[in-house]
Amino acid sequence: MDLTSINPILLVASIMISATPILLAAIGEMVVEKAGVLNLGVEGMMITGAVVGFATAVSTGSPALGFAAAALASAVLSLSFGVLTQILMSNQVATGLGLTLVGLGLSALIGKPYEGMKSPTLPKLDIPVLGDIPLLGRMLFSHDAMVYLSLLLVLAVWATLKYTRAGLILRAVGESHDAAHALGYKVIRIRMTAIFFGGACAGLGGAYLSLVRVPQWTEGMTAGAGWIALAIVVFASWRAERVLIGAYLFGGVTVLQLNLQAAGAKVPVEILSMSPYLITILVLVVISARGAHGAPASLGRPFHASS
Amino acid sequence: MNRRTLLSTAAATLVGTTLATGAFAAAHGDKVKVGFIFVGPIGDGGWTYEHNKGRLAVEEAFGDKVETVYQESVPEGADAERAITQMALSGANLIFTTSFGYMDPTINVAAKFPDVKFEHATGFKRSDNVGVYSARFYEGRAIQGHIAGKMTKSNKIGYIASFPIPEVIRGINSAYIHAKKANPDVEFSVIWAYTWFDPAKESDAARALIENGADVILQHTDSTAPQAAAQEKGNVITFGQASDMAEYAPMPRVSSIIDNWSPYYIERVQAVMDGTWESDDTWDGIGSGMVGIGEISDAVPADVKAEALELKDRIAAGDYHPFTGPLNKQDGSVWLAEGETAPDGDLLGMNFYVEGLTGDIPN
Amino acid sequence: MIRMERRAQPSRVWTALTPVLAVMLTMVVGGIMFALLGKPPLDAIRTIFWDPLFHPQFAAYSRPQLLVKAGPLILIAIGLSLGFRAGIWNIGAEGQYIVGAICGAGMGLAVYPTTSPLIFPAMVLAGAFGGWLWAMIPAFLKVRFGTNEILVSLMLVYVAEALLASASQKLLRNPDGMGFPGSRNFQQYPAAHNGEILANSGLHWGVLAAFVAVIFAYVLLTRHIQGFNIRLTGEAPRAARFSGVSPARIIFLCLGFGGALAGAAGLFEVSGPAGQISIDFNSGYGFTAIIVAFLGRLHPVGILLAGLLMALTYIGGELAQLMLGVPGASIQLFQGMLLFFLLATDVFTNFRVRFGKTEIA
Repeated sequence: MDLTSINPILLVASIMISATPILLAAIGEMVVEKAGVLNLGVEGMMITGAVVGFATAVSTGSPALGFAAAALASAVLSLSFGVLTQILMSNQVATGLGLTLVGLGLSALIGKPYEGMKSPTLPKLDIPVLGDIPLLGRMLFSHDAMVYLSLLLVLAVWATLKYTRAGLILRAVGESHDAAHALGYKVIRIRMTAIFFGGACAGLGGAYLSLVRVPQWTEGMTAGAGWIALAIVVFASWRAERVLIGAYLFGGVTVLQLNLQAAGAKVPVEILSMSPYLITILVLVVISARGAHGAPASLGRPFHASS
Repeated sequence: MNRRTLLSTAAATLVGTTLATGAFAAAHGDKVKVGFIFVGPIGDGGWTYEHNKGRLAVEEAFGDKVETVYQESVPEGADAERAITQMALSGANLIFTTSFGYMDPTINVAAKFPDVKFEHATGFKRSDNVGVYSARFYEGRAIQGHIAGKMTKSNKIGYIASFPIPEVIRGINSAYIHAKKANPDVEFSVIWAYTWFDPAKESDAARALIENGADVILQHTDSTAPQAAAQEKGNVITFGQASDMAEYAPMPRVSSIIDNWSPYYIERVQAVMDGTWESDDTWDGIGSGMVGIGEISDAVPADVKAEALELKDRIAAGDYHPFTGPLNKQDGSVWLAEGETAPDGDLLGMNFYVEGLTGDIPN
Repeated sequence: MIRMERRAQPSRVWTALTPVLAVMLTMVVGGIMFALLGKPPLDAIRTIFWDPLFHPQFAAYSRPQLLVKAGPLILIAIGLSLGFRAGIWNIGAEGQYIVGAICGAGMGLAVYPTTSPLIFPAMVLAGAFGGWLWAMIPAFLKVRFGTNEILVSLMLVYVAEALLASASQKLLRNPDGMGFPGSRNFQQYPAAHNGEILANSGLHWGVLAAFVAVIFAYVLLTRHIQGFNIRLTGEAPRAARFSGVSPARIIFLCLGFGGALAGAAGLFEVSGPAGQISIDFNSGYGFTAIIVAFLGRLHPVGILLAGLLMALTYIGGELAQLMLGVPGASIQLFQGMLLFFLLATDVFTNFRVRFGKTEIA
């Protein structure tokens, strides 16, 4: 075994790339859950974003347009979930599972003509000064724009939730929709907005898979990434900064496991692959044992304004 | 429709139908109906894609004389048995089940439909109306190994393996033996991805290997993601797997192993038409064309290309067996003596590395 | 202006009408989808809904198969529905199903090749126990620490999947299997095989267990005090607590029951139709069962019908692929639509939709 062959700089850079899709999807889902809505359809929205983003980028030659179209398509798809759960009062768990079915089926149908094609991909940014820093430059400042956008998005969500009135209202709706309603907030409208945002983020995450990380379109290519995003939100106990840590950790475990194998280490793959979920459960237990339940109090509960 | 007629229709249907299908096959006239059960979507770009190409080749070759049907993404297990049965019930005369996990379901269904012929890919159980077929992919791996050994500058070759099963282990051994012959300093690092198809993970695995110094990536997983990852890194060569993956030529993809099922499928359909079909055990390689070697691109120096093609010809002609002694197992014990070639039995159940490979096979 | 008023009682008329409405809407929209794909829409719809039941060539085979496909869905969904009624969201049935299958199959394989008639019942018990144990993890954590059971049970699905991958390659791997992953096949192990009780009926022990579970749940919910407690806990948790119902007890009861049924379903499947433990023998039954539970409105009889309907779309979908060459993905989309329409039209059951200005009550 020769672990010295693992280059820590390249390892971190790889982790950042492999974590970006789940980071994007998770930060969006976190906002949705903060508003008190549990959307289990992340996988369906991600894969829709992946196919729409890819198709758009191939047809227009512009990856940026691809990302925009992916965000829009997934957000529109997520509205079907919104209408069902918020206006027609359907059960969120069942509707989310239905959304996954719809997304997987729809994406495969849309994607048929695009199989085996290559798309333009995002260029690596050449950031002046920062990119020239020895070691760190290569590690942190030589990525494509979406990596930084995802980080900015985390920052923006964090700041919005913590410091703005909009964030306060969103949290209030998630904690107690009846109280928020009594205060005159439009619970359903706020939740719809959150769902729309969550859909857009999942779409971006999916498009990052098909346009940058892999980059190609193949049916079923998300291979469970949406479910991992759901796990990360829980792991992060609904805090933006921890979503970042969680996504990098989840991404990190996979990449590190592969790197250890490449370096010739004997890796118990099964134990490693279940470890993030065990850690997530542990985190959940710890936060709930401390009395702070972490989860928004109204999570998953339907709201109907009776008056 | 009122309740009574509904019930009586149902009863009549029940009575009028039996599990035997000979009658249905006859009802189709002289058209031979050929069915295919696929494990993935036909657009996977790899394993299932190539089997589907074989199906299309059958249609092309026989035109009006055949009808083909298929079902894609059939899970291995209970669903497979139903899918195969329904295909037999629909009057198929010949059914190809194209994944290892369909082995027991195929045998079960075949017992119920003695008049239907079955062909199961990559398995080892046969019966009177079940034949098995597979390809000697390891012959292609030998050529890959040779090119890889000649082309590597870092002397590190990365190998993305799927599951630790004999077929995959054979491929690793064959590639290693020939890379080592071409370049005694060569080292292999193997990543077990535990998936046949997960583009994101395959891409990560390729990156991990490259970042650990490999400049040649061999893959035994089905997506083109490792090709894309290698292209992005530059100065890394790869080989297409299952399908040609020519969209990545001339670099990084310098050659490929192509599963070419068409000749076999056409031959077997013809045999059913002629009434000469018999259950047999086919394990073909480069010689019959079942294993194709994709165009070796100009990124490979002319002399290496010539050597590779010569190796291919010798294997095709049967003059050379990729597993020819002296070969030792990883623990140093003797496997094949000088000049001895590996018996098929050893190859089918191969669960060991040859001498020189480092690391353990997980199990 | 459209307003919705909650009904005091779910409407009986709409309860019966919405599934019909939803199926019809799915047929229309699904038909448009098939037409867009260049397939004859009427044929496709007929193939999915009619042919598995009445097609002269297939029905004799596919009608029993409906039971095979619906059995595990119903069995799991019945277990889940009790929890859902009490407001306990076990969405990790897939994990309990897998662990049950591993435990039960492990039990049978450990004593291979016995011929004792006791082995199959012992395997069923071991399977139910495995599922129960796996469900006890979220139950215990919820009772002890107040940890959210939705998330814990979901996380445990992934852990179970990793266990399954490991079991099929190491512990339970068939020693005569040429090194391929996957256990021995129970079809070649008669004492442990969950075969058909009546030939060509599709009726195996798991299907029978599903029917028994439907009756049991019906009696429990309508005639038994624990069933009343479960319903009360879901509908009025505070009232339940005041009347002395222990929430912890309900949590253990509901999760345990759901886990045990899911575990037993896993064992029935692995020792019968699937035949062996393999890396992905679990084809998502645990998740599909959640859909079935909701389609059946958490009512035992509704679940029975919903399970059969879901099985119909699976088998009909397969036939549509086979006969008409429609892509597999379109069937997935079709099922998603069916679920969406059912959930959407369900609003009429619980709400009265009024048009026009707000009236004075």
